[in-house]
Amino acid sequence: MRLSRWLADRWVMIVALLVLGYLALPILVVAALSFNRPSSRLSYDFNEFTLDNWRQPCATSDMCDAVVRSVQIGFLATVVATVLGTLMAFALVRHRFRGRSGINVLIFLPMATPELVMGTSLLALFVSAGVPQGFWTILIAHVMFCVSFVVVTVKARLAGMDRRLEEAAMDLYANEWQTFRRITLPLVLPGIVAAALLAFSLSFDDFIITNFNAGTTVTFPMYVWGAAQRGIPPQVNVIGTAMFAVALLLVGLSSLRGRRARRANLLAGPPGHLRRSS
Amino acid sequence: MTLLARTGSGEPPPSAPRPGRHRLLPYLLLLPGAAWLLIFFGVPLAQLAAASLYDPSGSLSTGYAMTWAFGNYPDVVQAYWPQFLRSFGYAGLALVLALLLGYPLAYAIAQKAGRWKNLLLVCVVAPMFTSFLVRTLAWKTILSDNGALVGLLRDVHLLAPDGRLLATPFAVVLGLTYNFLPFLVLPLYASLERLDPRLLEAATDLYASPAQAFRRVTLPLSMPGLVAGTLLFFIPASGDYINAELLGTPNEYMIGNVIDSAFLVRLDYPQGAALSFLLMAAILAVVFGYLRRAGTEEVL
Repeated sequence: MRLSRWLADRWVMIVALLVLGYLALPILVVAALSFNRPSSRLSYDFNEFTLDNWRQPCATSDMCDAVVRSVQIGFLATVVATVLGTLMAFALVRHRFRGRSGINVLIFLPMATPELVMGTSLLALFVSAGVPQGFWTILIAHVMFCVSFVVVTVKARLAGMDRRLEEAAMDLYANEWQTFRRITLPLVLPGIVAAALLAFSLSFDDFIITNFNAGTTVTFPMYVWGAAQRGIPPQVNVIGTAMFAVALLLVGLSSLRGRRARRANLLAGPPGHLRRSS
Repeated sequence: MTLLARTGSGEPPPSAPRPGRHRLLPYLLLLPGAAWLLIFFGVPLAQLAAASLYDPSGSLSTGYAMTWAFGNYPDVVQAYWPQFLRSFGYAGLALVLALLLGYPLAYAIAQKAGRWKNLLLVCVVAPMFTSFLVRTLAWKTILSDNGALVGLLRDVHLLAPDGRLLATPFAVVLGLTYNFLPFLVLPLYASLERLDPRLLEAATDLYASPAQAFRRVTLPLSMPGLVAGTLLFFIPASGDYINAELLGTPNEYMIGNVIDSAFLVRLDYPQGAALSFLLMAAILAVVFGYLRRAGTEEVL
């Protein structure tokens, strides 16, 4: 039978598309609910179409305060974690030193430890040291769990770099600082940017560790958690949809730039160059 | 530790120019980050270990006395073993489901997608573009008693007329599967992408059935990604309590819910600390037991 042949050839792709549908479903629901006028505070069902939520995203002002706080913490945590992690990545890829395996374990462990354990242990530390919990303890915690991811991301980029480019610069009488500024940094930058974006999204979305170290400070995930008990304002879905759109836009722009760069290489570069950059 | 660390080992260490001046440099580069991790990751773990041995009769207001109360551990196991079992049961069940869904997905993207590969990969990570909690709450809408899905299942008698999906173990397992599936698919994809399709052709030429080719060629070659993905899925899933809280009822509570309430509601630090430590020990035991069985110690 032709149908069964066709199915046998494509079943993997069909299953894959169904699974992608399963992954996409909640996002579609979030987007739909952002246009919903709920029938009651505790209802999660779609009731009536409205644009009000998008017109007044800050109708519940404490939600917008929470979003602003999450952005502030995410920004600061990203800057600190990206600097610390990038320095570590350079040390690990570019230098030979004693204690490397110990450092690798120290970087790996936070990624393998359940968030719950990191959250509760920091809580135990802050309480026993008498540190009041709030904005700064959240920031400390976020930098802690972001650093490892930055190291791994930047390290991958650094390790894949062609060192001969730096040697060529040195041969052309660039000093170390010039080589770093003009050659190394631009080549590593995409890795650093990717690491920073990853750090920001990890920080912005973190709930478990924040929950144990926030005191009375409310971030966006903390707000959603609290609201889930009292009734979710539909504007939460507006924020969720807007976040998704911004992230999608960033991915789209970066892939467009990547494609344009590849096309430029195709026109300008010799074949060897082309192969390496693609 | 290839899972993460081997990424950097492809390149030989640089030809250290001018020793002496450069000998201290790596340590200076490492110092701030390593210090941060030691102070805010290492020290807290030690503090948690200490707190798990505090006198359980103390309280936050009167202060805790260190009495080396090892009895805290048997006490919490006796009180909360059902939640422990449930955590690993739900996470294990979700893992099986995720493998059934994730393997074909990773395989299709790696081997069959052609020019659509990058687009499909974006679709896999797309859920992570928006908030974890908001996505999980969306499942409340999808599984709602008044929703289309429950209505459909009732109509075809897969669900009793008063049957529910929300607030059941099914909802919690479904939520866990959904939330951590990308962590399983991405490393699996990375392994399968490197699989040379000619190996499968060779197997077929040598009279292997598709099933045999899968079992003897594809599966063994995807093992590193499979092991890494399984761990990246299982570790957060077994420590999760958000799905149980939002999609389940106290009957579905996992160990994370108990730890959360020990620290934030009951303020029983010794108990919470002992539970956290047991969770970590249990996860490590499962991970290492699994790695040994999988025979791929070099993956970690």
